[in-house]
Amino acid sequence: MSKAVRPPLFLILAALAVAAAIALPLVYLIIRAANIEGEIGELITSPRNLTILFNSTVMMLAVAILSALIAVPLAFLTVRTDLPGRRFWLVATTLPLAVPSYVGSFTLIAAFAPRGSFLQLLLQPLGVEELPSIYGWFGVILAMTLFTYPYMLLSVRSALQGLDPMLEEASRSMGYNARETFFRVIIPQLNPSLIAGGLLVALYALRDFGTPSLMQFDAFTRAIFIQYKASFNRDSAAVLSLMLVTLVLFILWLEYKVRSRAAYYSRGSGSLRHVKTIKLGIWKFPAICFCFFITFLGVVLPLIVISFWLIQGINSGYTFSNLLPATLNSITASGLAAIATTIFALPIAILSVRFPSRFIAAVESFAYVCFGVPGIVVALSLVFFGANYLPMLYQTLEMLIFAFVVLFLQQSAGTIRNSLLQVNPQIEEAARSLGKTPWQTLTYITLPLVSPGIISGSVLVFLTVIKELPATIMLAPIGFDTLAVEIWKATENVDFADAAAASLAILLVSIASTFLVLSQEKVK
Amino acid sequence: MQKVILRIENVTKTFSKNMLPAINNVSLILRQGDILALLGPSGCGKTTLLRIIGGFEHPQNGCIQIGEKIVCKSSISVPPEKRDIGIVFQDYALFPHLTVSENVGFGLKKLKLSKQQLEQRVSEALNLVKLEGLGKRYPYELSGGQQQRVALARALAPQPKLMLLDEPLSNLDIQVRLQLREEIRDILKAAGTSAIFVTHDQEEALAISDIVGVMCQGNLEQIGTPEAIYTNPVSRFVAEFVTQANFIPAHRQGNLWLTEIGNFELKVNNHHHETGEIMIRQEDIILKPVSDSPLTISSRQFLGREYRYCLRASSGKEIYARTMNNTVLSEGTAVQISIVNNAVRLFAD
Repeated sequence: MSKAVRPPLFLILAALAVAAAIALPLVYLIIRAANIEGEIGELITSPRNLTILFNSTVMMLAVAILSALIAVPLAFLTVRTDLPGRRFWLVATTLPLAVPSYVGSFTLIAAFAPRGSFLQLLLQPLGVEELPSIYGWFGVILAMTLFTYPYMLLSVRSALQGLDPMLEEASRSMGYNARETFFRVIIPQLNPSLIAGGLLVALYALRDFGTPSLMQFDAFTRAIFIQYKASFNRDSAAVLSLMLVTLVLFILWLEYKVRSRAAYYSRGSGSLRHVKTIKLGIWKFPAICFCFFITFLGVVLPLIVISFWLIQGINSGYTFSNLLPATLNSITASGLAAIATTIFALPIAILSVRFPSRFIAAVESFAYVCFGVPGIVVALSLVFFGANYLPMLYQTLEMLIFAFVVLFLQQSAGTIRNSLLQVNPQIEEAARSLGKTPWQTLTYITLPLVSPGIISGSVLVFLTVIKELPATIMLAPIGFDTLAVEIWKATENVDFADAAAASLAILLVSIASTFLVLSQEKVK
Repeated sequence: MQKVILRIENVTKTFSKNMLPAINNVSLILRQGDILALLGPSGCGKTTLLRIIGGFEHPQNGCIQIGEKIVCKSSISVPPEKRDIGIVFQDYALFPHLTVSENVGFGLKKLKLSKQQLEQRVSEALNLVKLEGLGKRYPYELSGGQQQRVALARALAPQPKLMLLDEPLSNLDIQVRLQLREEIRDILKAAGTSAIFVTHDQEEALAISDIVGVMCQGNLEQIGTPEAIYTNPVSRFVAEFVTQANFIPAHRQGNLWLTEIGNFELKVNNHHHETGEIMIRQEDIILKPVSDSPLTISSRQFLGREYRYCLRASSGKEIYARTMNNTVLSEGTAVQISIVNNAVRLFAD
């Protein structure tokens, strides 16, 4: 059946412009890398770059495995057992999600760094002058795991809730006891969600800039930044970026494969029989200790550390740097990015729902790829492009906002798309039959109906941008520091009091708005 | 007489103190090789009783013995995996991550068979349910009927003492259901396995089982052969649920019971009661057209082999009759009825 109505011209033109815009950074990165003089193969296989590849890969795997070791027991305890305060732990164990990774890293450093940290100051009366170093492998894996395991937890938990309890009874009836049933029936069922969650965690570990940078660990993101800052020959940064993008694309591809395969796992027609909670008995105490330990490191410790350095600063009469400009900068950049991203996302979402085509599907997939690509890579490519072709835009707010649009278009387009799917197309057809043009239909009918989706999409982008670090560091106009940049700089300078103040500001914004988004999702 | 495979004595289960018991003092005996159908409306406790036998629920009182072994008695409660049972669930409950063969072999792994023996047992079980050659497929690649066959093979493969089937046919289309209903009986008989089959469909219960137990609000109302239950229901509830007969209010006058559609003399007279209800099975009614009668035909349904008439009495009471299709009467016809062999029963008030 052919479509009776062709998409309006203005939508097609807008979508083409968006497609060209989001394609620019990655395409230019490839062009830039192709123009490198000399053997690119030699650059890729240089010992230094191979070490970085090894570091990033091992770190990513370690973080994914450790996240699984934390997430599976937590999911099981909070979904299936009589853990005291189960409802509380259900929320508390997800909260580290709201802590930006660099804030988490800062609090770990401020708590356990060799000198001048909370723990060292605490132990100083006992004669401890220096603690073992937290920097490097240990710190990076600890911080990454603590603040990304909730992605795995959410994935495993929802799979566990969807399991058919009859399968367990079937296994029991065939002679397997509760423990054998757990390993032979439950765990294999959770496999797809474990792999999906693991890939998500791996992707975050690979993309993150704040943690490797503060923990002084040579992962791709940190190495790219150092190369960019330190050398005049930026070929090396381009090559590293290309390697990182390849790795990211590989993981995105795996994730896509897993997602399409997981659909085959059909569930029973949803036996609504109440699932029996497992009695923990003497295991109650260790279970609570485990939940407390993880929540303590991921949520309570950041709060304690921040309060400690704030009070310490106030008591010692430290003059805090004025956070107002940074706060305003954060809000300005995030607000503009939210508006721009929404405007770019609208034509994509409308075309994808109302006039699906291969072109628009390709644009959507590409936006998904951009969302997965590290911010530092997109920023670096725009630096190259701006320096070569658009010097007047280089290091301007416009360029920064443009980077945010490329990175976060998918978030906004996805949200608008979902709310557009709930609008009956016949309502629009009715408007057309009553004499309205496509443009009038869009402004009077479609946009008002999808306004909830548009709003929550922009809130989501606002939240993500306010926490964004690498693109802001690389692209922001000189002197335009946001809260995120303040925290990063202060931690690098071991200026814990200022970092604490800025962290508190960002945590308040972040936690408040995470609850805002979660409560909106419940309404749907 | 075959030996007893399942003995249930005075089992009572209450879910919460303020509620009526879900299972109220139920006792029954199942012999080797017999199929017992537990029949009743939803909420009557039949599935709960099945889950108590399986070991997934624990009764407050009573004793359950499977084979020689007491599996449930006050302090004793044998876990499900030690009861030597096989279960077939309403929504199949196949393991989605395992192939058909792996599903069927799942319970066999426990038996420490050689690889060859295991494969042989799996293929025997698949042959039994006529799914040869589908062993490599995954559950999602099978139709509902095929999935339920796999579930049956999986439960049968370890050769359990007792099979428990929880409404295994109710998620299937009508044609598949009728076909699989016969096959399940054949398969269970071929395997020589004793089984309990829970259903709310009286036709299914009568067709598949050697013994039927009718349950109502946690009580086992009557237990007996399908024929006995059908011809001699002990209570108004069993009569209505199993036979779907007509019930007509009546009062006694001497030896006769008077109703608005005629007077009946009962073989066994009951002089202690003055009022009650007369039960007349649909297939026992013979219709005869007359010029004037309090009964007229209000509608007629053609069911293929027979007609089903709805008759309306002057009071508005509706009575259903099934007759072979050699008598065709049009709607609006006034009719008189007579009863084959005077097969009426009285349920006194």
